Amino acid sequence: MSVIYVLLAISLVVAIIFFVAFIFSVRQGQYDDAYTPSVRMLFEDELVKPKKKKVKSKE
Amino acid sequence: MQDDTCFHCGDPCDRQLITFEEKSFCCSGCKTVYEIFSTNDLSHYYDLQEAAGTTPNAIEGKYDFLDNEDIITKLLEFNDGNVQIINLYIPTIHCSSCIWILENLNKLNKHVTSSQVDFPKKTIRVTYHKEFSLKNLVLLLAKIGYEPYISLEDFEGKKKATDRSLIYKLGVAGFAFGNVMFLSFPEYFDLGSSAASGGEYWLNKYQNLFRWLMFVFSLPVVFYAGWDYFVSAFKGLRAKLLNIDVPIALGILVLFLRSTFDIAFNFGSGFFDSLTGLVFFLLLGKFFQQRTYSFLSFERDYKSYFPIAITRLKTDGKEETVPVQNIEKGDRILIRNEEMIPVDGTLIYGNAQIDYSFVSGESEPVNKEIGEQVFAGGKQLNGVIEMIASKSVSQSYLTQLWSNAVFKTDKTTTFQNLTDSIGKRFTIAVLSIAFISTAFWLYVDPSKAMNVFTAVLIIACPCAIALASPFTLGNMLRIFGKKKFYIKNTQTIEQLAKIDTAIFDKTGTITTSQKSTAYYEGMPLTPEEESILKNTIRASNHPLSRSLYDLLKEQNIITLDEYEEHVGKGLESSKGAIKMKIGSANFVGKALSENVLDTSMHISANNTYKGRYIFQNQYREGLSTTFKNMSQTLSLAILSGDNEGEKSRLEAILPKLTPLFFNQKPEHKLAFIKTLQEQGKKVLMVGDGLNDAGALAQSNVGIAISENINVFSPACDAILDASKFQQLYSYILASKKAMRVIKMSFILSLLYNCVGLYFAVTGQLEPVIAAILMPLSSISIVVFTTVMTNFIGRKLS
Repeated sequence: MSVIYVLLAISLVVAIIFFVAFIFSVRQGQYDDAYTPSVRMLFEDELVKPKKKKVKSKE
Repeated sequence: MQDDTCFHCGDPCDRQLITFEEKSFCCSGCKTVYEIFSTNDLSHYYDLQEAAGTTPNAIEGKYDFLDNEDIITKLLEFNDGNVQIINLYIPTIHCSSCIWILENLNKLNKHVTSSQVDFPKKTIRVTYHKEFSLKNLVLLLAKIGYEPYISLEDFEGKKKATDRSLIYKLGVAGFAFGNVMFLSFPEYFDLGSSAASGGEYWLNKYQNLFRWLMFVFSLPVVFYAGWDYFVSAFKGLRAKLLNIDVPIALGILVLFLRSTFDIAFNFGSGFFDSLTGLVFFLLLGKFFQQRTYSFLSFERDYKSYFPIAITRLKTDGKEETVPVQNIEKGDRILIRNEEMIPVDGTLIYGNAQIDYSFVSGESEPVNKEIGEQVFAGGKQLNGVIEMIASKSVSQSYLTQLWSNAVFKTDKTTTFQNLTDSIGKRFTIAVLSIAFISTAFWLYVDPSKAMNVFTAVLIIACPCAIALASPFTLGNMLRIFGKKKFYIKNTQTIEQLAKIDTAIFDKTGTITTSQKSTAYYEGMPLTPEEESILKNTIRASNHPLSRSLYDLLKEQNIITLDEYEEHVGKGLESSKGAIKMKIGSANFVGKALSENVLDTSMHISANNTYKGRYIFQNQYREGLSTTFKNMSQTLSLAILSGDNEGEKSRLEAILPKLTPLFFNQKPEHKLAFIKTLQEQGKKVLMVGDGLNDAGALAQSNVGIAISENINVFSPACDAILDASKFQQLYSYILASKKAMRVIKMSFILSLLYNCVGLYFAVTGQLEPVIAAILMPLSSISIVVFTTVMTNFIGRKLS
């Protein structure tokens, strides 16, 4: 009967989780540069020769 | 088979050819960069994009100021003693290879922990260990052809915090809009039924819960996302102005109050869906309008061009690096090759050859003798010079221009745009309709009067009108951007459409600084002499030699017996029996002629004077037709800082009776435009150098012409790539058409308003009608303006 309260609560919680995620991503500056990541994701890792030790560089 | 373009930078290798690992390079700089990349396993750089590189410049001693701790501290973004982070602007970033190599800096030097490129802004953020030092980092970047640009502006630490509030607001409004829409669904499906008439049981039972949830969602929309509209409307009213935000704010407020009232007294479901949707669409329009070119700067003043620090010579002859602001009158300053002169002063040592190209637009360097005055803003091209400062930085001739009040007034505040002027009439019309219909219903059926009054204000909310201009102009802005015409903001397009007078600077604006023509004057040269001449200047890097080399006809490459370059004087070479001298009049042994207005290169063979090549300004292609077309609707004039030497040539090219003014100082140019404006003219100023900065700021629209849009353009409203100069008139016409599109959209949205008002005035406005009509009008306006502007854009070339 009052299951609708539970459903509403769940839907609200899910919506708010996404909203908070959005706020976080804006605050981190993820929306400041919308172009470079689109190029960066096309670089292939294996082209870097394995004999040098790999340094993980991205934060 | 040799490929004759450089493997690294793609330039032709006709002047010099270096072959290394079966690849050709145009200079040793390019070869070195290739070597660095290949020894560090980074040659993938060339797979991403062919010939992606940039030739590195000589930078000896240029970054010595980065040894100064105070300067470093001000430049750094983060510094914990061991790890340092810095943001650097690198103008040469231009392709995906650049991103790749710069983000792999850690492979070139182990002290770099990470680096991240922001391509649109052309900046790189580097994290590195302190022992590496900032200077070494900058030198490393410069060595691989990515020399960062560090200016006085960075030093003054005006770190612009990125304004993200609009994105937050858009997020809040979109979030609320979506959720309110979901919560409204029960109401949409349950049209006309209620608990009393035995409608759907479930929906009726939880109706109130849904409605109050919608109310909660609308709160942040009204009081956070839409708050700017209230502020703007309030400011407008206080200034006795009815801007477009007044009816919008009124609409939002009435929507909110009426809806709250409706659900509180159970009259209906309220208009929360329309309310949140309205704010969301309005913010979307704002967002679209706000997008600009982050890699271009329209607000530059001299600070963006000036170096941070300069070498000062102490009385005991020792060098010290000091920030430029600390230079005082009487200081002895050392200017290295390729460095900029930050203050006015007197030359006391060295061969000064000063390039004033970004002060005056004049491309040829000027020679100065010891004892002569040199002015701030020039760039030394020829070895080390010493000078004594006669003023401080802010007092210098060039920088003083910025103390003019023009640079402190904001053009946006003095201009009423089309939307606001429509908004005024619109508000008056809406308010009178609201009051008349309320009066009518008070007489006929008082219970409906309040309903009708609010309904009119809700439905007449000028959402579509408010969207027409941001979407049209925002789209035009992007279309112009693709055509290499970069406009600061959408308002500039509106201003551009109203222009009736166009003023042009001469040097660098209607002439090109990259190409010049030269004609020969004197005794004819024999074929052998011509061959030696071409081969001699081939080896020289002096700008004049380079341009003359390109102008002379092809010659076989021969090996000279002797070759010597005398810095600041000229070239000396010999082949067989012929000894040749090329250079200044003094150097070749000729008394300086009277006419020193032009730039020339003198030639002598076996100590007999042969003649000289005289360099001339080359006017931009299609200048004559461009001016002819423009003169049909605009009144034109030329303001030149130069002497009258070119007057007759100009008169022949330009339409008859075009006023030409010569010897105009920067402040004269500014005053000239001011006088025109006082006569009620809308003035367009087209210029290029810093000497036009005042005129550009004073004019209604200031366009800077630039050969290279990434560097060196004065503060302006728009930057036009020099190659598109001929298209300028068609761009002005296109902005006029864009304004027509906005007016058409106004008519379209008024039609929607009439339909809506019919429902409102007759008291039949259901929430669902508002929920359909409002987004429909907004979306159709967006579609209409996008289609129309793309149509205009397709015609541009």
